[in-house]
Amino acid sequence: MGRSEKIQDAVILVAGVLAIWQCLYLAIGNSALTSPAETISKLIGLLSFDWFWADVLESLRAMVVAAVLVVVFGVVFGVLLGLHRLSGSVAEPVLATLYALPKVSLYPVVLLIFGLTVSARIAFGVMHGIIPVMLFTMSATANVHPVLVRSARVMHLPLRRVVANVVLPAAVPGIITGLRIGISVTILGVLIGDMFASKKGLGFRLMNAIGNNDTPTIMAIALLLSVFALTVNYLLVLLATERRLRAAR
Amino acid sequence: MSDAGWIRLAVIAAAVLALELACRLGYVDAFTVIAPSQMAAALINVLTSRELLIEISASLLKVAVAVSASVTAGIVIGIVLHPMKRVRRIVDPLLSSYYALPLFAFYPLFIVLLGVGAASIILMGFVTALGAMVLSTLDGLDQIPQVLTKVGRMHQMGPIASMLRLQLPAAAPYVLAGGRLAIAYAFIGVIASEFILSGQGLGFEIGFAYNSFDTRMMYGLILFILLLVIVLNLVLHAWDDRLRLRRRPVRD
Repeated sequence: MGRSEKIQDAVILVAGVLAIWQCLYLAIGNSALTSPAETISKLIGLLSFDWFWADVLESLRAMVVAAVLVVVFGVVFGVLLGLHRLSGSVAEPVLATLYALPKVSLYPVVLLIFGLTVSARIAFGVMHGIIPVMLFTMSATANVHPVLVRSARVMHLPLRRVVANVVLPAAVPGIITGLRIGISVTILGVLIGDMFASKKGLGFRLMNAIGNNDTPTIMAIALLLSVFALTVNYLLVLLATERRLRAAR
Repeated sequence: MSDAGWIRLAVIAAAVLALELACRLGYVDAFTVIAPSQMAAALINVLTSRELLIEISASLLKVAVAVSASVTAGIVIGIVLHPMKRVRRIVDPLLSSYYALPLFAFYPLFIVLLGVGAASIILMGFVTALGAMVLSTLDGLDQIPQVLTKVGRMHQMGPIASMLRLQLPAAAPYVLAGGRLAIAYAFIGVIASEFILSGQGLGFEIGFAYNSFDTRMMYGLILFILLLVIVLNLVLHAWDDRLRLRRRPVRD
């Protein structure tokens, strides 16, 4: 597919979303929805306030810390479980079950342990994200072609270097898929944490706006969060395709 | 059971035992985490309380409505979208990053639209579950071998007959996998919404117990949800296995 075609598709998608949004606005009316133009100008207005930036940075900080923890620990544990077959097969069904659990129901436990602090939100985000990262990394590592590992061993590469130079590079596409899902749900976890119990952050602003029946603010924050999450996701996809292209060369 | 299965059982049992000991010996504050045996007792309390059973069934009903609506809508959207190659390519970035969207940021809008109550909670459950269902239906329809479509054409099946009798059954394992995800996501959508803002239901009760320092009740309710989801998952997993077994190609 050509570059111009891709851009064309993207333009059609954005135009389509805006058109549907505008139609919904016209159909439902002013009280429940704001139009795309109003929402964007409201968002730009909000972004000129210092207090709004304080909230954005508060949420962003929690998201970044949680995402870093998810990436580091998720990948390390995933690789270890993928390399050691028995531990992997012991852990896999447990992780798959944990993945499907509604982790919101555990938030009060997190709050009891960490209190009403930013740590609670970070821990909650990590709880969401670390499991998919571990699962995907594990299966990507376990599915690295055995010939690769065996030939590295034949050449007397020490285990540390087998992992760093053979297994990890081969497993990267699978790991990035895991990271895409993991980081998305980490963002979601931090946001839910913000919404339920917090005095700062975008989730708190959202809850506040519900209380004040302030639709424009709700829409503007929802738009900001969506654009942010989609951008992060898109960057990870870009990273994955670039890796694949380099591997193909 | 396999070796791995026994080890898994032993590890889980050891973890529960360790928590029990840590709680009983006072290493863990009783206001933070209670012993597993006390959680089990609290669970029995939950299951024998009439009022709570009413709350629980209200939540489960919302999950059920959200699941059935999202499964139906997901399959229909998948079927409609599958042959439209261009449209599919255009919406693909949106679909593949569906779960990157902070869906709960839209819950306030549902509340403004539908009010605080069952409707907006069901809508939230529906929206969270829908993406998984559309994606797996499309996936399943993509995997159908060409031979099947050709056989359909030889028998002069129309598009509807071919969809109902060939393509959907052929895609069934994928659709079922989507259904499993849809259930998990609908639970998340419903319970998180009840938790964030609602006047009743399981999520609300957990939040209420937390706010009133009723740690035992909170753990009983949490344990109930977790066990329920685990059992549902195991049942669907077993069904999935049977479907796959039946479809194993016969060679002779």
